[in-house]
Amino acid sequence: MDIVLQQLVNGLTLGSVYGLIAIGYTMVYGIIGMINFAHGDVYMVSSYLTAIAIALFSFFGLDSFPIIIFGTLIFTIIVTGAYGWVIERVAYRPLRNSSRLSVLISAIGMSLILQNYVQISQGARQQGIPTMLSGAIRFDIGDGFVQITYMKLFILFAAFLGMGVLTYIIQKTKLGRMCRATQQDRKMASILGINTDRVISSVFVIGAAMAALAGVLVTLDYGAFDFYVGFIIGIKAFTAAVLGGIGSLPGAMLGGVILGLSEALFAGLISSDYKDVFSFSLLVIILIFRPSGLLGKPEVEKV
Amino acid sequence: MSNTVVRKTLIALAVAGAAFTAQADVVIGVAGPHTGAYAAFGEQLWRGAEKAAMDINAKGGINGEMIKLVKADDACEPKQAVSIANRLVDSDEAVAVVGHFCSSSSIPASTIYEEAGVLMVTPASTNPALTERGLPNVFRVCGRDDQQGDVAASYIVGDLGAKRVAILHDKDTYGKGLADAMKDTMNAYGVEEVLYEGLTRGEKDFNAVVTKIRSVDADVVYFGGLHSEAGPLVRQMREQGLTATFISGDGIVSDEFVSVAGSPEYVDGVLMTFGADPTSYAAGKVVVDEFRASGIEPEGYVMYSYTAMQVVAAALDATELDPIAASDWLHENSIETVMGTKKFDDKGDLTISDYVMYEWDDKGNYTMLNN
Repeated sequence: MDIVLQQLVNGLTLGSVYGLIAIGYTMVYGIIGMINFAHGDVYMVSSYLTAIAIALFSFFGLDSFPIIIFGTLIFTIIVTGAYGWVIERVAYRPLRNSSRLSVLISAIGMSLILQNYVQISQGARQQGIPTMLSGAIRFDIGDGFVQITYMKLFILFAAFLGMGVLTYIIQKTKLGRMCRATQQDRKMASILGINTDRVISSVFVIGAAMAALAGVLVTLDYGAFDFYVGFIIGIKAFTAAVLGGIGSLPGAMLGGVILGLSEALFAGLISSDYKDVFSFSLLVIILIFRPSGLLGKPEVEKV
Repeated sequence: MSNTVVRKTLIALAVAGAAFTAQADVVIGVAGPHTGAYAAFGEQLWRGAEKAAMDINAKGGINGEMIKLVKADDACEPKQAVSIANRLVDSDEAVAVVGHFCSSSSIPASTIYEEAGVLMVTPASTNPALTERGLPNVFRVCGRDDQQGDVAASYIVGDLGAKRVAILHDKDTYGKGLADAMKDTMNAYGVEEVLYEGLTRGEKDFNAVVTKIRSVDADVVYFGGLHSEAGPLVRQMREQGLTATFISGDGIVSDEFVSVAGSPEYVDGVLMTFGADPTSYAAGKVVVDEFRASGIEPEGYVMYSYTAMQVVAAALDATELDPIAASDWLHENSIETVMGTKKFDDKGDLTISDYVMYEWDDKGNYTMLNN
């Protein structure tokens, strides 16, 4: 019993991180119909920015956890957002009216550029940051116990808060309305006076900011990262986005949580060797029965 | 017409290349991962080899010729290892190679060196399959995973008296090989593992498998793999309140193990098998002190790489730079190195293995256990 509960906690924290990164994939796909393969590497850049921010704060002698965490979050989200904006400007906007395939290749190129740029500027070694928040809550259940670190609780809290804020922005604000309009019909939106280029830019910035939130949380929790860390987690988040229905915001969050839970439960109860086989089999089965994902809307061919 | 131009250019380049290497004396390749998650180990190999080459050159070189080192990056990937092995053999014209680091790189690369008649001495690849294939040109100055597994198993069963042992590995040639070697010996002692699982290299979240270790109530966790996974793994074990003893092999011998684990408190009490401390040899202590004087801590494989370079130099010196004769010479003769006298058997393994247990402390240093 305690073991299953602990695995649920493990899966939920992992899944909420997948969900945050999946938002970047799903929003970009929703608005311009491309898969931003450089998104995992944007996450990787935010890991390095986290370490840089923490180093800066401790250099100036600020070492209380709340100051560091909020300072780091603000710094990393702003700078990573800037990365997202520049990437869209440099690699995707010039190809706006060319075929989908060339944008896709441009995205792969961007991913390689980011990896090599970080590798050269920051070194190829594994990087680590010290533990910022230690301690855990322990619940005794029968003979066993469930132990949740404060950091994990913070991840869950921050991830769901981030998702809530994002949902509010998309559903209630003017920017969100413009995003949704552009997503539904870009040409019509621009005829009605929406600067669609600016909307697309802001979508990239929002996606990068969500990846930055995930990057800060994961880096603080695991403490270890390198220039290649965006690859595996990027693939997993992309899977989560497809699972939930690419283009759908709640779908990305749901997909992330399902993927995280299925990985943790399968690894914990059956075999960790084959957890990825299980996750991807689940994806295949869901796509057979719901080709556009759990919450995705089937694409209507316009004549 | 353009064809002849190309051909002439190629010939000119080939001539220029030959002239260049003729001036470059003895070319020795140093191969290891310099990019990727295992770059720290490539750096260890390079530092040791570089210092050994400088010391040998200062004493007059090999047969009066100076050593010129060529750095090669295999990123610990089998495919890249093969391509850089070809480069070392064909364009750099190396007569010998010190490397590689990962067994999964050393094994495919050794075939290229064998075909080209190049001497290969690895300071670090411990998988038995490397020398079991009977290649005449392949040597190692470290032990084998079956020897290392034996030492770990007898420590776990004998000294710790453990009954519930969980075994994890990273599904790679080295990690799984080591875990299997440990498992076989432990089973022979009559202890069955309570858990045997693989995890994925490159991931950072092992919480699910940690919870699983908790569910089988293990008191010892043995991990076959490298520090980049061992660090997060041991940290997540401690965070979930699991106090089982963590034991691993020579894949975690790097100060990066402490930084990826997050803090020295997490590595406190971690045990590992590794070769005997180089400072226990008089000649080794001198070199270690010289390293420290220049601000470099000769951790992990630095001294092994130094030793490998000495072995290469001694063999080439005795055979007037003929790498094929040097391989035969190494099978027959013993060599004085900074880590004692080294003698090789018919396979190219050391005749004496020197694995011992080390323990990490709460300052993030490791020391040999006296037992």
